[in-house]
Amino acid sequence: MSKEQKDAVLTTSHLGIDFGGLTAVDEFNISIAPTEIKGLIGPNGAGKTTIFNMLTGVYRPSRGTITLNGKDTKNMSPVQVNHAGIARTFQNIRLFDKLTVEENVKIGLHENVKYGMFSGILRLPSYWKEEKRSHERALELLDIFGMADEADVRADSLPYGAQRRLEIVRALATDPKLLLLDEPAAGMNPSETEELMKNIRKIRDDFKIAVMLIEHDMNLVMGICENIVVVNFGKIIAEGTPEMIQNDARVIEAYLGGKKEED
Amino acid sequence: MEFIRKLKKHTKVSFLNYGIVIAFYFAVQIMAVTGHLSNSLKGQLIPIVSYVIVALALNLVVGISGELSLGHAGFMSVGAFSGVVVSMSVADSIPNPGLRLVIAILVGAALAGVAGVVIGIPVLRLNGDYLAIVTLAFGEIIKNVMNCLYVGVDGKGIHVSFKDTASLGMAADGKILINGPMGATGITKLSTFMAGTILLVIVLVIIQNLVNSRTGLAIMAIRDNRIAAEASGVPVTKHKLIAFVTSAAIAGAAGALYALNYSTIAPKKFDFNTSILILVFVVLGGIGNMTGTIIAAALLTMLPELLRKFADYRMLIYAIVLILVMIATNNEKIRSFIRGIGKSAKKEDGANE
Amino acid sequence: MLANLINGISLGSVYAIIALGYTMVYGIAKMLNFAHGDVIMVGGYISFCSITYLGWPPALAVLASVAVCTVLGIVIEGLAYKPLRNATSLAVLITAIGVSYFLQNAALLIWTSNTKVFPNIFANLPAIQMGGTQVAPVTVITVLANIVIMVALTLFTSRTKMGKAMRAVSEDKGAATLMGINVNRTISMTFAIGSGLAAIAGVLLCTAYPTLMPTTGAMPGIKAFTAAVFGGIGSIPGAMLGGVLLGVIEIFGKAYVSTQLSDAIVFAVLIIVLLVKPTGLLGHQVREKV
Repeated sequence: MSKEQKDAVLTTSHLGIDFGGLTAVDEFNISIAPTEIKGLIGPNGAGKTTIFNMLTGVYRPSRGTITLNGKDTKNMSPVQVNHAGIARTFQNIRLFDKLTVEENVKIGLHENVKYGMFSGILRLPSYWKEEKRSHERALELLDIFGMADEADVRADSLPYGAQRRLEIVRALATDPKLLLLDEPAAGMNPSETEELMKNIRKIRDDFKIAVMLIEHDMNLVMGICENIVVVNFGKIIAEGTPEMIQNDARVIEAYLGGKKEED
Repeated sequence: MEFIRKLKKHTKVSFLNYGIVIAFYFAVQIMAVTGHLSNSLKGQLIPIVSYVIVALALNLVVGISGELSLGHAGFMSVGAFSGVVVSMSVADSIPNPGLRLVIAILVGAALAGVAGVVIGIPVLRLNGDYLAIVTLAFGEIIKNVMNCLYVGVDGKGIHVSFKDTASLGMAADGKILINGPMGATGITKLSTFMAGTILLVIVLVIIQNLVNSRTGLAIMAIRDNRIAAEASGVPVTKHKLIAFVTSAAIAGAAGALYALNYSTIAPKKFDFNTSILILVFVVLGGIGNMTGTIIAAALLTMLPELLRKFADYRMLIYAIVLILVMIATNNEKIRSFIRGIGKSAKKEDGANE
Repeated sequence: MLANLINGISLGSVYAIIALGYTMVYGIAKMLNFAHGDVIMVGGYISFCSITYLGWPPALAVLASVAVCTVLGIVIEGLAYKPLRNATSLAVLITAIGVSYFLQNAALLIWTSNTKVFPNIFANLPAIQMGGTQVAPVTVITVLANIVIMVALTLFTSRTKMGKAMRAVSEDKGAATLMGINVNRTISMTFAIGSGLAAIAGVLLCTAYPTLMPTTGAMPGIKAFTAAVFGGIGSIPGAMLGGVLLGVIEIFGKAYVSTQLSDAIVFAVLIIVLLVKPTGLLGHQVREKV
């Protein structure tokens, strides 16, 4: 194991998954440094979200290993993976629609709020103390995106861009070491995307965490990612800095060839 | 006024619900004193309270946890018969009827809660309609088993059989408590309206405080989006189970209260139709809406009595009203029409200000 | 043993015919039609009245039942379920329960709660000897009817235009609409077929167990629904398999374990099957996309 891998927050080796005999992802080897922003790009259907699903325990990999801070997370459930330190957002937004913005963030804080069911029912002092703490923490986190004013709004009545931002706040609330963002800028206009880029960097700097993001907006990817992994047909075809990726013949080929079979 | 405005919305709703229950209690007391309480209503007070409690319990599962249960009468049944057995077998050692009622309700709740765990652990992995059918099946199994249950008590203690009374092998001084399909007979009535109201307030405290705590929030998050809840580190089965078991235990307590209001009670009382009846209370009251559930359960329990003059037609009317209400509240066109009226009314209000 | 098996298959065949109605409606409209059991009861009463009061021959009475129930199915769907096409499944479920109450109480008003004794419409057919046991004609006819219906439905859904439309609607309502399929008409047709089958099931059930009350359909309805889930709801062969297995389990449970607990056994088996195979014996698993 190289030094780089030893220090990494997450490493995968020979990671792969088959669906009914069809190989969806194979030989996926990456390593993410503790405060790195990494891009995961590739044409539609390349297996990017499948990779996220494997990393977060939604799918069980058919082979290979996933190591998070020295711990093997390959056979963990999504809940265990989250507790181990990976948080994520979803390509198709998954908020708790009928809960308020603040309550959505409080779900992220769930593990962190320390009072039991009976303290809650009997309204013991620990309930009041911890509820106050989680309320303050939720507002603090919402403030990263300037959303503290909308704390009492129902999540499903937020505009699209704000819903994406709320998902990020909720993921952050779980206190992760690695944040996985699945198309965070989808559906945002250029000025919102610009704002988002700034905030992703700010999150990385303030929370000292690693970020890996799937994104089709190349301005965003090239603008903030320090390293980029390109996948096609479930395999890594290129890896390196934005400059290297932009000039890689295989990547250009994959994107031009991939256009025809967009889903 | 400033104080009230500062309260959170759910806190206001909670206090509104306590207020409704207490107001109902005092209204009944005033009617009783002034002689306006009819005998038929008086006889219905405890059933009303029991059904309100069990409907609140079901709303915890259907509205808060988002799972459909078609077998809640089964939990009532477990609570009812265990409550009866306990209250009657401790009759000699504990002469105080109030204390006996409390013990019966606690035991009924505990055993129904145990039934909830036994059923919930395997079943809560299923989702949607499959969970519904399995809860239905469990409700029917409980009814069926109760139909074959014979319990007696004598000097040596409690005897149980699934065959007949003879095989209980009781001493001469023994007393049959539960007699198969005939159910429990010769019950000493212990339930009072006041006890029922107190139980209802306690149940409201438990449910509302649970819902407005971190546990309740987690349960609702799982309802809204299970995958996102898991990804946020919220254990799913544990929270579904908390909602289900709490609900089962409360239904059991309601069952004990209900049964100890009658001198006889048969297992048939807690069949599929009763489960559905409770579900209707919840749906008509507004899924997840505790205030609505209280009002719907109380009114609909009284309704057959109020429709008495329509005699034979009353259930037919009930059915038609049920269908019409469901269509009126769920049809998209009708809903947007009503919303339109609401909006234009609001606009006019705004213009007047 | 053999007698029990034959009785079980016969009872199971009735469940299967009812379950077909449940499963087709569920497959297409994704709703639990709890009023389906009560359509059986209506079918039973129509036949009963045609034979006993009007003196019609049994064959004509059965046709009358089928006709009335088919129309009833279409009317129920049009009046009660159609306005709720995009509502939550719980709203539709409660409405179906309302329809069930309506049918039971309408029957109560028309035919009173007195038990009617259903005439044996196969009285002039001889009993059949099979391996030393006598098999009643109704038993044989029920099993045969089940097989005929099963084959006919399979051919219908795979060969005819309407049958293919039904399959398309059950797969994907939106896509079916885009393909020019009239979804409302297809759903209506499904209810018509399901209800017509319920009428046949009603006559067979009442001939085998000749007591008729407004609540006659309720329990067989729940059992048949269980059978549909057991076999994998939405699947036609699943309904058939589930129904027959359920009937056999029920009769064997009655014969060898306990008469009173037979229903509990049936439901316990259902639960075990669902825990092992959460979508029923022949149902297929749909994975949620993340």
